[in-house]
Amino acid sequence: MIDLRLLSRTTIYMEDVKPQLLKVTIDGIEVEVEPGTTILQAARKIGPEVAPPAMCYYQPLKASGGKCRACLVRVAAGSAKDPRPMPKLVASCLTAVQDGMIVENTTNPQVIDARNGIVEFLLLNHPLDCPVCDQAGECDLQNFAFDHGKVTTRYEEERRTFEKQDIGPYIQLHMTRCILCYRCVFTADQITNKRVHGVLGRGDASEIGTYIEKAIDNDFSGNVIDVCPVGALTDKTYRFKNRVWFSKPVDAHRDCPTCSGNVTLWYRGEDVIRVTARKNEWNEVTEFICNTCRFEKKKTSDWTIEGPTKISRSSVISANKYRADTVKPAFGQRLAAAEYKAIHDERDTSQLGIQQLAPERFAKVLPSALDPEP
Amino acid sequence: MTTETNPAVQFTPERLVKAQEIIARYPAGKQKSALLPLLHLLQEQEGWTSPEGMDYVARMLDIQPIEVYEVATFYTMYHINPVGKHVIEYCRTGPCCLMGGEEVYDHLKQRLGIDTGQTTVDGQFTLKEVECLAACGMGPVFQVREKYYMHLTNERVDEIIDELSK
Amino acid sequence: MATKILTEHINVPGIETFDVYRKQGGYTAVEKALKTMTPEAIVEEVKKAGVRGRGGAGFPMGMKWSFLAKPEGVPRYLVCNADESEPGTFKDHYLMKNIPHLLIEGMIVSSFALGANKSFIYVRGELMYVINILEKAIAEAKAKGFLGKNILGTGYDLELVVQPGGGAYICGEETALLESLEGKRGNPRNKPPFPAVKGLYQSPTVVNNVESIATAAWIVNNGGDAYAAVGIGRSTGTKLISASGHIRKPGVYEIELGLPVEDFLYADEWCGGIRPGHKFKALVAGGSSVPILPANLALTLANGEKRLMSYESLSDGGFATGTMLGSGGFIVFDETSCIVRNTWNFSRFYHHESCGQCSPCREGTGWMEKVLHRIEYGHGHQQDIDLLVDVAKKIEGNTICPLGDAAAWPVASAIRHFRDEFQWHIDNPSEATKPGAVYKGEMALV
Ligand SMILES: Cc1cc2nc3c(=O)[nH]c(=O)nc-3n(C[C@H](O)[C@H](O)[C@H](O)COP(=O)(O)O)c2cc1C
Ligand code: SF4
Ligand code: SF4
Ligand code: SF4
Ligand code: FES
Ligand code: FES
Repeated sequence: MIDLRLLSRTTIYMEDVKPQLLKVTIDGIEVEVEPGTTILQAARKIGPEVAPPAMCYYQPLKASGGKCRACLVRVAAGSAKDPRPMPKLVASCLTAVQDGMIVENTTNPQVIDARNGIVEFLLLNHPLDCPVCDQAGECDLQNFAFDHGKVTTRYEEERRTFEKQDIGPYIQLHMTRCILCYRCVFTADQITNKRVHGVLGRGDASEIGTYIEKAIDNDFSGNVIDVCPVGALTDKTYRFKNRVWFSKPVDAHRDCPTCSGNVTLWYRGEDVIRVTARKNEWNEVTEFICNTCRFEKKKTSDWTIEGPTKISRSSVISANKYRADTVKPAFGQRLAAAEYKAIHDERDTSQLGIQQLAPERFAKVLPSALDPEP
Repeated sequence: MTTETNPAVQFTPERLVKAQEIIARYPAGKQKSALLPLLHLLQEQEGWTSPEGMDYVARMLDIQPIEVYEVATFYTMYHINPVGKHVIEYCRTGPCCLMGGEEVYDHLKQRLGIDTGQTTVDGQFTLKEVECLAACGMGPVFQVREKYYMHLTNERVDEIIDELSK
Repeated sequence: MATKILTEHINVPGIETFDVYRKQGGYTAVEKALKTMTPEAIVEEVKKAGVRGRGGAGFPMGMKWSFLAKPEGVPRYLVCNADESEPGTFKDHYLMKNIPHLLIEGMIVSSFALGANKSFIYVRGELMYVINILEKAIAEAKAKGFLGKNILGTGYDLELVVQPGGGAYICGEETALLESLEGKRGNPRNKPPFPAVKGLYQSPTVVNNVESIATAAWIVNNGGDAYAAVGIGRSTGTKLISASGHIRKPGVYEIELGLPVEDFLYADEWCGGIRPGHKFKALVAGGSSVPILPANLALTLANGEKRLMSYESLSDGGFATGTMLGSGGFIVFDETSCIVRNTWNFSRFYHHESCGQCSPCREGTGWMEKVLHRIEYGHGHQQDIDLLVDVAKKIEGNTICPLGDAAAWPVASAIRHFRDEFQWHIDNPSEATKPGAVYKGEMALV
């Protein structure tokens, strides 16, 4: 599959008049980018090892970013012209690169320290219950916590909790898991004609909601599910409360009068258990899809199958994070200790119709995949 | 723009004129700037910012109701629930506490028989805790509608409650 | 007699009316500015005056004005920040309520200097009665030809709009204020772009504090050099100080910058000393956000010299032994005050006022408040003090706006200077939670 984002970048390169490229060094690796590129985008261009985590920034959404602070980096030199360091860590998702800028991401202890702090803050009021969360396995926060979190929490105060809430026939909101990234709000603002949900209240009492009970209903409302980095907005029609790593994603399309009709189908056995938009390697939707495609077309016969989806790097399905050989040692140990339990899956796995990846690959992360009797 | 209209909430003719004046003071297309002042106007009339009232304001400014709810729930002055006739908003911040605020407010609560956030059964008084009211040198302080009551003592509190109860 | 730049006439009966204000020499700055000066010349005088923003950050006003972008065909705005909500600060309230025309005169000359034809005064909504005073004064000034179309026949138009806030400290932060003025939630914006380039309605905008803008009238009348002659070093001019807490004479005082803290605190002309029978324990010199200092460090620098009421002297020693002038909210604590309780109180303030947009501040302020609450109420753990220091550190500098820092500093500084008091609460919960109990251990009381 061709990544649309890459495609557009290629066209820029093919233009006759090349814009003046800027040189920026991130964690010692040099890259050339067009003016206006943010540090985060420049780092992504180098690759996932260097790309800062982003919990709120979402490339397709205007005005997103700046809020979670997960992507903070240190600018050791502002530019070739003015090589002074920036006094504070900066949000890489919003800071434009300058020619000759030197950025420190994972190579700077201050950055790592700040990021560990961000994980801790985001988890303060977060239920630590990935085992019962629909998002587990494809959750940005879970990944971020794996990479930067500590096993123990220093927080002993009461956590903020909310009841689960249905907003319309298709979408469930579990505010307890929300990290207030505002992505769903921007989505509703930018791709639907009428926003009915938003951020209510203030400070740590802020919540996503509709205020008075209202259903979010319009052709594109379902996209808020895909943009949500956590399990706060979920698909009510997701037929089996399944674990994402037991399902098999397949790219497919249909002739849709409303949207492009390019989707990913998630199979369990012969059944399409859910439909989502396609995502790029940064877990960003490449084309928003309509509710009909997402919620109502759950038969294989509705679709033209293209082939297996190239798995996003941030999904557990890629096994990227979980394979012993790619796991950083300290991180691996932590996994082996407490956090394996945290995402331990309690369902009976004997009924699995399909196992897309060999269970051994999950042996570490999910003992139950091998042993049906947990 | 929503089409459903609720005739239950509408500005009085004088307030409607005022509302139009307010909207007219911003540059063309920036009428959303009138939102905070209009919510004050709504609250002045209705006593609180009811959902119907907020929807009315949304229609008036040609914005989505959620944009009004988002704002009304952000700012502490808007009562998003019905309140008593007099809302007493007392300052709980440091300087006022240094001046004996905590004792005075305890007395206030006892006198009214309610805690912060509650309304007396006769619907006369609602007690609300607020942060610094920019009158710290004259603390302890509370505010009832537009009026500031400063240099509060237990005796002064009793006098004020008596006065307001009349 | 000390120079009074803002409050010289504040006690003249009827000064809130146009006629009395005019009789005292009011609105001469408007005449002078519009009829005899160019906008650039005014900016130049303000630069020469060296006046620094009185809202808290202390950024030179003239420099801010000269940064204002001036693209063709795009309106520019001046917005006066009258959101005054920093605990311990009540000077703008005092000024606007007593002498509203001074601010209006300042707004006219400043708007003219910046090329703004519509300017806003954003007043915290709680001060509705002050909003009414300002609106009345504006109507008077307009009736007399000092506002509106073709002011004094000079061809300059200006409309002043008084905008009420809705109750949110964060709207004092300039970009949150602009969001609020646009009818939105008071979420601070990420910077850059700065308001000077993209401010109100995405147009170039200057945001200045009430007191800053009010000085502009005097500067136009008397010149920047005359202003710069008052004060000390780079702390030019006078400053309104809001004095509160355990002093004999709380109130707002206009002082020449450079006055020793000791004189301000003890002389009868100003605070008049600690309330009788008590001793000086601690000082918050510039509003709740600035680091708290113990009495000895409040009065003297680490090297033993007298500490002065100036930007430089108050911050002498950095955060180790210094603090900041901030907004000039001078809060005095005597020996009956519990630092832990006050720190918790301030912490609760920041928790309550965080807009909630960015995770360190949204989550961290609540965490600090809860831990402080626990310590204050006798449930502290040994590791709590270090925990607080660490949480404060993880907030500071990592947020969208400086509210995060403002929440972290009071906690960090209270622990820095009064750690024993926190420890005492943790070690002796039953004693520390008795009504009126205060730590009596070793400390420098003056
Ligand atoms: C959380 C926060 C609250 C603030 N509150 C106020 C305020 O109430 N009044 C004010 O003038 N400035 C306040 N400021 C400072 C403003 O952001 C801005 O710097 C100031 O209005 C600029 O005016 P000045 O340069 O004249 O001081 C606040 C800043 C922050 C970060
Ligand atoms: S949202 Fe993510 S981190 Fe939170 S419980 Fe669900 S899977 Fe775990
Ligand atoms: S519900 Fe999801 S997308 Fe929306 S703000 Fe919360 S975490 Fe972000
Ligand atoms: S630091 Fe606090 S107040 Fe400022 S933007 Fe972040 S959450 Fe809002
Ligand atoms: S991704 Fe940059 S702040 Fe959230
Ligand atoms: S602390 Fe109460 S008015 Fe400022």
